Amino acid sequence: MKRWLRLGRIVPIFGLMLLGLMGCGNPQMSALQPQGKGAEAAYDLMILSLVVMVVVLVIVFLLFTYVLIKFRKRKGDDSIPEQVEGNHMLELLWTGIPIVLLIILAVPTVMTTFDLAVTEKAASGEEGEEAKKDAPMTVKVTAHQFWWEFEYPELGVVTAQELYLPVDTRTNVELSSADVIHSFWIPSISGKMDTNPGDKLVNKMWLHPEEIGTFQGACAELCGDAHALMYFQVKVVSQEKFDAWVESMKTVKFADASSDVSEGQKIFENNCLQCHAVGDKGGKVGPALTGFGDNEKVAGILDHNKENIMKWINNPHDVKPGNNMPDFNFDDAQLDALSDYLLGLETAK
Amino acid sequence: MSNAHAANKSSLWDWLTTVDHKKIGILYLISGGFFFLIGGLEALLIRIQLMKPENTFLTGDLYNQVLTMHGTTMIFLAAMPIIFAFMNAVVPLQIGARDVAFPFLNSLGFWLFFFGGVLLNLSWFLGGAPDAGWTAYAPLSTTSSGSGLDFYVLGLQIAGAGTLIGGINFLVTIINMRAPGMTFMRMPLFTWTAFITSGLILFAFPALTIGFFLLMFDRVFEANFFDASMGGNPIIWEHIFWIFGHPEVYILILPAFGIISEVVSTFSKKRLFGYSAMVFATVLIGFLGFMVWAHHMFTVGLGPVANSIFAVATMAIAIPTGVKIFNWVFTLWGGQIRFTTANLFAVGFIPTFVMGGVTGVMLAAAPADYQYHDSYFVVAHFHYVIVGGLVLGLFAGLYYWYPRMFGKMLNETIGKWNFWTFFIGFHLTFFPQHFLGLMGMPRRYFTYPEGFGLGSMNFISTIGAFFMTIGTILFVYNIIITHAKGKMVSGDPWDGRTLEWAIPNPTPHYNFLQTPLVRGLDALWIEKMAGNKKMTPAEPVGDIHMPNNSILPFIMSLGFFIAGFGFIYFNKGGALALVAIIVGLGIGLVCMFLRSWIDDHGYHIHKKDLPKEDKGADL
Repeated sequence: MKRWLRLGRIVPIFGLMLLGLMGCGNPQMSALQPQGKGAEAAYDLMILSLVVMVVVLVIVFLLFTYVLIKFRKRKGDDSIPEQVEGNHMLELLWTGIPIVLLIILAVPTVMTTFDLAVTEKAASGEEGEEAKKDAPMTVKVTAHQFWWEFEYPELGVVTAQELYLPVDTRTNVELSSADVIHSFWIPSISGKMDTNPGDKLVNKMWLHPEEIGTFQGACAELCGDAHALMYFQVKVVSQEKFDAWVESMKTVKFADASSDVSEGQKIFENNCLQCHAVGDKGGKVGPALTGFGDNEKVAGILDHNKENIMKWINNPHDVKPGNNMPDFNFDDAQLDALSDYLLGLETAK
Repeated sequence: MSNAHAANKSSLWDWLTTVDHKKIGILYLISGGFFFLIGGLEALLIRIQLMKPENTFLTGDLYNQVLTMHGTTMIFLAAMPIIFAFMNAVVPLQIGARDVAFPFLNSLGFWLFFFGGVLLNLSWFLGGAPDAGWTAYAPLSTTSSGSGLDFYVLGLQIAGAGTLIGGINFLVTIINMRAPGMTFMRMPLFTWTAFITSGLILFAFPALTIGFFLLMFDRVFEANFFDASMGGNPIIWEHIFWIFGHPEVYILILPAFGIISEVVSTFSKKRLFGYSAMVFATVLIGFLGFMVWAHHMFTVGLGPVANSIFAVATMAIAIPTGVKIFNWVFTLWGGQIRFTTANLFAVGFIPTFVMGGVTGVMLAAAPADYQYHDSYFVVAHFHYVIVGGLVLGLFAGLYYWYPRMFGKMLNETIGKWNFWTFFIGFHLTFFPQHFLGLMGMPRRYFTYPEGFGLGSMNFISTIGAFFMTIGTILFVYNIIITHAKGKMVSGDPWDGRTLEWAIPNPTPHYNFLQTPLVRGLDALWIEKMAGNKKMTPAEPVGDIHMPNNSILPFIMSLGFFIAGFGFIYFNKGGALALVAIIVGLGIGLVCMFLRSWIDDHGYHIHKKDLPKEDKGADL
């Protein structure tokens, strides 16, 4: 009876596997529902390897189940089985067939590995103008404990936590870190790559989103206390919208302090500007806040509303343990004014 | 456990000074088992935290400490010593030897491991455990505040030295101490895997030792090996760690392969199918194990050439592993399969390990690994090979060799409950994690938001963890019941095939009254088939030379333990720390001097004190 139970367990396992691969999970963050070319290449390879491996699994499981049922010791049968030494033909068979299966898998693996890489030649245009034309733009990603900085050097735009990408275009990405090793992962658009500290260890990859929408990015290398909260949003928009966004980001200027600026801006200037940039002013220690009012999340994880902004400013360590922002003990009126100011940091739409 | 050895009543002093491989095996088993329970408790805490979205049971740094200690404890302080427990308890008997080649070193290896493990775990009470993952990637590990990472480096350095010593000892033992006629190609497969594993330890652990020294210098003496801003390179740590870390995976799994080979063969009453192919596959896996470390680093940015080479090399390991799987199935083919608890675990191992192997090949496809890497898919994969492979193998080995180690047989009814709860719980825990990873859940996350749709699979996984806990509790209960109520069994309770079943129960201090003459693979089975009740002796009954007990290994390890404390507090403890370093290292050096200076020739058990005649297993 127990033996049949064991067989019975295999069937739902395959059922679940197929169900899973038909697309489970949240389409904004699932590797099983690719929305970009990198994720598609990985997905195709997953399916190929899974099919090859399921063939192996089925053969082993069937053979195994048959053996357990057929050759179990029966009561009263004390005969001694034949002491077989082995069988050369069989050994060759189960060495040879896996080699063939692995070659079937290895060839596309190597090809895809090269397809997904940004080689020196491709980046400099030596591999033909085609490769360079395909990737008109570079984004420099710098990971920090526990937030993401996105710089568009050709466009002169710096932002944080929300990565804007034009749809159906290849964007090259240069990855580095300001502190420890993190890993840059947008499951539905592309596989991950580590961000290493140091100028010599900058990594390159490319993103090629194919659907408009907001996608979830995450840190995939243990980086400290708030590793699990180091999310970012990826906003894939049409080329026109992207260009408009760039324009508006570039026109934002930090209004000079004069008597008519809001109370919130004064508080910001005195307390926050040292680390956080708005438009052309401010430090680079913390995330740039240009266009912060348009964001979908506060600190990459909380819903974007005034309440959460206030929660974050006064108790950032309750939200993200171990982050580098100091605790500000603003009173309610100050907090209110500051939050209003931050919510007002919208780009012209 | 001492009551199991009714024949030689043992005091605490005897356990501290013993150089007998059988007792050292028991020491390894008890301490490895203890750390296994601690590591299991940590796993349970992790699963409780992840049971529901946005849980606040265990968050932030504390969660990182628990996950780090879970991994570190399970690999270094639970799996390794339990493997050494079996190597000690079984290998000398399987090759017909009276002890290991270096009994003193054997004891030293154990006590170094023990004190290293204790040192690491003391961090819980002294300001917090290490929190940079068991892989301790720099610069997170070099910049982590507190002393946790110092405990990690020093504790594992001391424990690792013990492991290296143990590995060398077993290499020499297996090469030099085999009974007459026990050629290499007649060695039982467990001895073969112990041999290859020891070889892997010899080449892999020095890399870790060096890595730990560099990390220690970065942390304690402010060196800059891994500090990019000072010209160092954090990637070097990853290379060093995985040059050790990947062979370590095979160090762990090969002995499990050996156990499965013994158990499957015994309980199907058949010779191991394709013995020479099995030996060759073991050697090949050990060799290839050193060629594939960078598959842990596909996302580091090594470039497409390196990634392709390591991807293909990794896939190649599937071939010898597949050979093993098919040979086990064909060992069962045509046999008289008895489903004892030991064999249930062995038979449960086969499909489970195949599933872990399958995801291993999937992970080898580098571009797909860009998605799998550091996600729950990887967590599922390595738990399938380490728990579904190694731990099921260890359980099989425990139920199989328990009568040899303790003279009593574990309760079979409780054993079967133990198997089913653990086995079902295991699949329930880890199967859903494949999907969690593909759905975008990175590993080492202490929480996940409500809206991500990861809740139900995580909940199933936690339920599974409780089933595994029940299985483990049943096992502990089984041990207690067995020692309280179990009866002594004969020396050959399973109708065994190999030499460890050719001797009476309890195992005599000197193992074999007369060194046996080995006439082929499955030496005992050959004699049984020839109608003999016992092994043919290779020598007349005579004086038996035995090594003396020694307290020096214990004191020497204690010295390094004290010095370890000194280094941990070197930056904070001032003069006291310096004193601890000097005293601790001094104790170690004095012990080394004494060991070199005092001639210790051992002693003889005289012929008149020995039984007249070897009566075999049924004495």
